[in-house]
Amino acid sequence: MKGAGDLAGLLETLCPMFVLVDEDGRITRVGPTLQKLRPGQPMAGKDFLEVFELVRPRSVTTLSGLMSLAGAKLHLKLHGTPRTALKGLIAPLPQGKGAVINLSFGISILDAVRDYALTSADFSGTDLAIELLYLVEAKSAAMEASRSLNLRLQGAMLAAKEQAFTDMLTGLKNRRALDVLLGHLVSGNAPFALMHLDLDFFKSVNDQYGHAAGDFVLQQAARIMIEETRNDDTVARIGGDEFVIIFKGMSDEVILSSIAARLIDRLQKPMQFENNTCRVSGSIGTALSTQFSSPKVAEIMNAADLALYEAKRKGRSRHCQYSALGGLCHGDATSGVASD
Amino acid sequence: MHGLINRAVQSFVCVTYGQSCWLRVADAAELGFTEFEAMLVYDDDVTIRVLDAVCADLKRPRAEILEDLGTYLVSHPKMEDLRRLLRFGGVTYVEFLHSLDDLSDRVRLAVSDLCLPALELIEVSPTEFRLLCHPGLAGYSSVMVGVLRAMADDYGALAMLSHDGQDGEAEVISVVLVESAFAKGRHFDLGARKS
Repeated sequence: MKGAGDLAGLLETLCPMFVLVDEDGRITRVGPTLQKLRPGQPMAGKDFLEVFELVRPRSVTTLSGLMSLAGAKLHLKLHGTPRTALKGLIAPLPQGKGAVINLSFGISILDAVRDYALTSADFSGTDLAIELLYLVEAKSAAMEASRSLNLRLQGAMLAAKEQAFTDMLTGLKNRRALDVLLGHLVSGNAPFALMHLDLDFFKSVNDQYGHAAGDFVLQQAARIMIEETRNDDTVARIGGDEFVIIFKGMSDEVILSSIAARLIDRLQKPMQFENNTCRVSGSIGTALSTQFSSPKVAEIMNAADLALYEAKRKGRSRHCQYSALGGLCHGDATSGVASD
Repeated sequence: MHGLINRAVQSFVCVTYGQSCWLRVADAAELGFTEFEAMLVYDDDVTIRVLDAVCADLKRPRAEILEDLGTYLVSHPKMEDLRRLLRFGGVTYVEFLHSLDDLSDRVRLAVSDLCLPALELIEVSPTEFRLLCHPGLAGYSSVMVGVLRAMADDYGALAMLSHDGQDGEAEVISVVLVESAFAKGRHFDLGARKS
């Protein structure tokens, strides 16, 4: 059988994962890399299907069936552990003298090099296995760097978003944030109360003691509003001395009135800025989303505006509920009323 | 200049000379930030300012610093990923030297916008080589001397490296292999994986 010996020698150089089977399907030779997968268990002498399980095509269980698959792609698995998956191609030898089956790892290469401690020498010089391993590592490293950049950019984006929704002077939410929140509440049909608060006499503090004093007063007012509301209420500064407070799930006018009274009471207390005593107060108008059959943001804002206007008209430092406006404009909150 | 290159310089300065040195450099180079992003691209001018600032701060010539940078890229434990990628080039140091012809292509395969100058290995004798570093990145040949020296250690080979003038526009590095199996070298496990 000199011919078979020559062939085996050739195969060892060209494809170190070959299997040579005889006409009975018995393994006569295997490539050195393939044998490395089952050290101490010589494959030669065993039946091919005893060492390898044919996963696809599934119907084939005999060697003659296997022989008929010449040129087709085979999916195999090693019996025993690790059950490494292999790809294969069978080429029958002339005159029915058996066949050569060439195997390769396919995608299982990553696990295989680790499981069997394979080295470059285990692959033929033309095999792309080493290049594949190189690429996997290089791409993973590049991907990791990109991922960490993405995480940092995401952090920066969140911070920017937070800033975009924050009134930088007071740390309260701003108009944009309020619009988003109101949009959510209305579209989600969640009940809420909206309090529109305007600082009284703020302009005179600004004029008398300067902008620094004005800023100080705004910050103090913001602090008072935060302290007098619950954590999941939202306080927003929507203009120079205008604030809106959203009370989620609130429709009790008695509670709202007592909150408004506390706010006004605290805002009225003189605020000391450097050597000046600043005096402001607050006027508040309140509307409930439940007062409208199908509430719209503009409608509720308008209702609170009207109530605020009424509070101002009655002499400032007051709280007025939209429901108390009576027949005057009840249910007709469409006319815009500017607050000062 | 690609962020990976800038990031390499930053990492080298931080690890070798300390964070405070890097902050001084970033300040002197007027970066306006202290961290390069590996996956962004910066103006070439930025890299030049950084290198100038490093040289001024350490009072050392640029070629020397770039050579140390090359050594750092291969030998420092923090740079293990890069060392592994280079070791894929070959089983022996000589095979590795021959793989340098493909280095810029290999790099582009991994990071498509990272363009390194072409390298060309000329075998003068089985133990003598000339590596031509083609133009495109000032100082590249200095970095490569550091890389090649460290890779020789990595493979356990004893090699002498030196700059050997110009060949046309290319800068030449001469490599003389004294002994290919001088020491044991560092282990390279093909299947090693990060946990």
